[in-house]
Amino acid sequence: MFTIQDYVVPGTLEEAYRILTAKRNNTILGGCGFLRLGSQRIGTAIDLTNLNLNFIEEYDQVIEIGAMTTFRDLETSPLLKGYFNGLLPQAVKHIVGVQLRNIVTVGGTVYSRYGFSDLITALLSLEAEVELFKTGRVSLENFLENASEKDILVKVIIPKTAKKAVFNSMRNSQSDYAIVNVAVSKEGDRWLLVAGARPHRAKIARKASLFLANSSLSSEDIEHAANLAISELTFGSNMRASQKYRETVCKVLLKRAIGEVLACK
Amino acid sequence: MQIKVTINEKMMELEAPYDEFLMDTLRRYGFLSVKKGCNTGSCGLCTVWLDGKPVLSCSVLSVRVNGRNITTIEGVQKEAREFADFLVKEGADQCGFCSPGFIMTVLAMKRELSNPTEEDIIHYLTGNLCRCTGYQGQLRAIKKYLGVV
Repeated sequence: MFTIQDYVVPGTLEEAYRILTAKRNNTILGGCGFLRLGSQRIGTAIDLTNLNLNFIEEYDQVIEIGAMTTFRDLETSPLLKGYFNGLLPQAVKHIVGVQLRNIVTVGGTVYSRYGFSDLITALLSLEAEVELFKTGRVSLENFLENASEKDILVKVIIPKTAKKAVFNSMRNSQSDYAIVNVAVSKEGDRWLLVAGARPHRAKIARKASLFLANSSLSSEDIEHAANLAISELTFGSNMRASQKYRETVCKVLLKRAIGEVLACK
Repeated sequence: MQIKVTINEKMMELEAPYDEFLMDTLRRYGFLSVKKGCNTGSCGLCTVWLDGKPVLSCSVLSVRVNGRNITTIEGVQKEAREFADFLVKEGADQCGFCSPGFIMTVLAMKRELSNPTEEDIIHYLTGNLCRCTGYQGQLRAIKKYLGVV
């Protein structure tokens, strides 16, 4: 069971941060879709609702997505449908149902670094950054790999590149968590192969990405890149799938995604 | 904490502990159409509208709806009955436990999507489980109701 002792709706990020760091079990609320399934004992629950963090905005160089933006907002955003072959709407549209996607937030998922996240996998392939209130701006890849002090995720920043990108996932049944997911992006000769829900958190397969960039993209090259990705990333077993099964499925998803990216206009 | 909420166009003052979810608060105040199916955010039975959008009331903290608008099936009875007739005609209703949440999602879809394809309908309703009748009857009923046969 999860409990909350106190609840505040701060008017500024400074105030939210001060309360967050005042006590170890003070916690920022995202959408609470996943939080409620755990047994966390929260001291003060901090609700960022009044901080105007629900936005998807386009600038010259970047697209910024506020921490309190819901998955449904990502899914239906005309702006995001028009970038990266609609990668982000594609990545979130299979998550449970419309009603859950109307609740869960970008900040809740990304800050929690959930292993099962579909969104994080897609964001990594776009080389997104996160802006944290205290730490400032860091690459998402860096944020995922390095444990950090308690902080507040303010927004996700996506460079407006000409990347072509594809997201794929495999689920035991529609609306369940992915047993493995992949995102592949390409800009010129630069490729990024990402796999998540392994069930560990998403990671870029650097060797495989580099190999692909320097290859002739023959079917043997694509096969080899997928094999490289499987061997450089670690996979595990849980109730949804075994390690072996995940590796096998991931390889197929990667090959398909590479093929789809090559076919992207 | 005391919260002020407009429920089915009527302003109400409710008392809810910080860690109570909307489904439990609504049921405590007599909105018994709101069903607790899975209690893990998976089945869609507890669907209500929050500011007009369908949400899982099992996953929304009650204190967070302070000052906002909630609609339950009690608030859209005429429309719900109209659609229910289509459901019954297609044999898509059996125990009825999932019907309130299902109907709230269908009515939200009607407002949000214009001329949905079969694929759009299935996508919008993926989060609503029914263990009795299967989904073909529901799909037939929705298509006839929306006039998109």
